[in-house]
Amino acid sequence: MSQSEDPYEDLTITTGAVVEPNTSRVNKTGSWRQFKPVVDPDACIACGQCDTYCPDQAAKPVEGKDLYGFDLDYCKGCGICDEVCPTDAIEMIREEK
Amino acid sequence: MAKAELNPSDEQQVMKGTSAVAKGVMAADPDVISAYPITPQTGVVEKLSELVADGELDSEFIKVDSEFNAASTCIGASAAGARAFSATSSQGLKLMSEPLFTAAGMRLPIVMAVANRSLSAPLSIWADHTDAFAERDGGMLQFHAEDVQEAIDHVLMGFRVAEQVNLPVLSNFDGFILTHVQEPADIPSEEEVNEFLPPRDPEFTLDPSDPKTMGAYARPEHWTEARYEIQAAMMESKDVWAKTVEEFKEVFGRDYTEYNGMIDTYHGDADYRLVALGSMCGTIRGVIDQYREQGVDVGLVRPRVHRPFPTEEIRAALGDAEAVGVLTKEMSPGYESALAGEIKGTLYHAENQPPIKSFVIGMAGRDITAAEIGAMIEETMEASHPMTFDEQESWPQLREELLQTGGDN
Ligand code: SF4
Ligand code: SF4
Repeated sequence: MSQSEDPYEDLTITTGAVVEPNTSRVNKTGSWRQFKPVVDPDACIACGQCDTYCPDQAAKPVEGKDLYGFDLDYCKGCGICDEVCPTDAIEMIREEK
Repeated sequence: MAKAELNPSDEQQVMKGTSAVAKGVMAADPDVISAYPITPQTGVVEKLSELVADGELDSEFIKVDSEFNAASTCIGASAAGARAFSATSSQGLKLMSEPLFTAAGMRLPIVMAVANRSLSAPLSIWADHTDAFAERDGGMLQFHAEDVQEAIDHVLMGFRVAEQVNLPVLSNFDGFILTHVQEPADIPSEEEVNEFLPPRDPEFTLDPSDPKTMGAYARPEHWTEARYEIQAAMMESKDVWAKTVEEFKEVFGRDYTEYNGMIDTYHGDADYRLVALGSMCGTIRGVIDQYREQGVDVGLVRPRVHRPFPTEEIRAALGDAEAVGVLTKEMSPGYESALAGEIKGTLYHAENQPPIKSFVIGMAGRDITAAEIGAMIEETMEASHPMTFDEQESWPQLREELLQTGGDN
């Protein structure tokens, strides 16, 4: 099986609904958040603890910087990253439209 | 059906029901066994742990912290291509319910022995079919054994069918009545089973070199189709089951081929027919003998397979009866016994529709006496159309003096 942009495209139901990897990538599961994590770039030491503990793999290194950031398409706002961050670099702030 | 003789033959061994089922499981040579104790199943996994510890069985024996994880462990193992087995009862089956629906949707041929027991509350450890019927709608095949031999054989046939149609199996046998009885049984040897049960050959397995998602999130435009596939596999399993009982007879000599292996009968062409599942059928056969000596034409129809439902077979076995009495150790509060309802539904399309009376008895291990069965035969003989709901269902063992409501059912 190969990876594609949308694994649901041309999906037929195999025995046991076995599909290509990455199905969760296209199902953006972060739309019902009440709080979102915001990083203080000066405090972040890029230790990756937030990435390790995030249940949705929403914490990711920011490209080209010694810093972590959050993919809000998947972040559910649970605040686990805030709890585990050793430098208190994360603040959970109320999401407002 | 080939009933075990009272004096065991050379091949037969007398042992407790749970040990006998464990020996049957050993012959099927599972790769993974997950185990969590619950009465009255515990003896099955206890015996299997001994067999693994003594080096008689080369299986991964995984002790888990709950039935939820016992089922989940089977799911992981089965998804990786293993032949997986576990056993449970009652509340344990309820705790497994969520992962078992997943196992059905992932089309994993896990076989589980279920030592049937009532569900809380009030707490009871004794036998009835409430636990099995509560799992009716998940997509697991369900068999009900009448005796220990059948409980062993259903596990073996269960793996054979499950691995062809890719659905999990609940192989039911009545708690205590069958788990703790000492009965002579033919324990199949691994050589015999090798002839009958080929190694599992799954279409997909979890494999790091070929990553895939099993049991993935399905959008509304796909989910119905996945469920339909389960229904199609259930329907296909009827033919597979019919072939399986034929092959079983060739290898082991025990004949379960009546009605494609779906139904077992005793004087099945009698005017008046009782329907029942599992171990109570032994007593029922005895009472039928007494009534037949007095000239009453009464017989028994025993579904061996409950899912897939033996629709055509039930129509053939009951459609021409004068009246039918369904004796069940389960009921669905607010309606009636699920089995009686299913039989009525099945006969809706039959040419004749015999009156059907349902009797809720033997709940949570209450003894079922010969006199009670006799009374139910007589009530069945009086049944006629039309009936009000109250007339259709009765609770012959109800002790009204214990009821606050006065029991005006
Ligand atoms: S709030 Fe929760 S979901 Fe969002 S990034 Fe932090 S740990 Fe992950
Ligand atoms: S845990 Fe805190 S310090 Fe470590 S990478 Fe995440 S935000 Fe930065």
